[in-house]
Amino acid sequence: MSEVVKKFMYLNRKAPYGTIYAWEALEVVLIGAAFDQDVSVMFIDDGVYQLTKGQDTKAIGMKNFSPTFRTLGDYEVKKIFVDRASLEARGLSQDDLVEIAWEDFETEEEIENIVEVIDSARVGELMNESDAIFSF
Amino acid sequence: MSDTIEVDGKQYGVDEEGYLANLNDWVPGIATVMAAQDNIELTDEHWDIINFLREYYEEYQIAPAVRVLTKAVGKKLGKDKGNSKYLYSLFPYGPAKQACRFAGLPKPTGCV
Repeated sequence: MSEVVKKFMYLNRKAPYGTIYAWEALEVVLIGAAFDQDVSVMFIDDGVYQLTKGQDTKAIGMKNFSPTFRTLGDYEVKKIFVDRASLEARGLSQDDLVEIAWEDFETEEEIENIVEVIDSARVGELMNESDAIFSF
Repeated sequence: MSDTIEVDGKQYGVDEEGYLANLNDWVPGIATVMAAQDNIELTDEHWDIINFLREYYEEYQIAPAVRVLTKAVGKKLGKDKGNSKYLYSLFPYGPAKQACRFAGLPKPTGCV
């Protein structure tokens, strides 16, 4: 494709439930994935809770959409970043987060887990490199 | 007064676009009746896709966009079925939209 590909970053800062931001952000990512741009998804601050394993939303009467993050690979989103400092400040580590696989059906190339925990300097770099940042 | 669809003498609520209001209400008869309204008689090939979509929703909590559906069907049911020509031959109004409706799922995410 000859069109210009832009670097889009979706920045998630909020806890998964209590507000609609996290779910809306995920829907925007999935819908936007149809446009063949260079997409990355970043989780910082309370946003890191969105990726935690073993969520149970029964008591709050909300849909548990954490399994939906695992479709990001199917939607050709290949870059998912988590800020290490935000994780550590909440007593979490990569082991507490869901794994998201990615597979290229043509080449059968596979990446077992595209969730990458990075330090704050790298977070800043990636933000600088982005053409557009959508903050939720 | 919202719309309903009658299946085996029972009324089921549907939204303004004909999608089942409550996912948990679904019974296979609903797919059969919805398909008949679209002049389609469901074959095993249709059911493969409908069941696939219900499993996908069960696992991921969303109905996949058509592009994703095509890829995932190719992986699960074989490459000869993972192409839009095959899927459109089964579901002429759009494999994701129409098949999801028959399967009792909401309209697919990313369906623009």
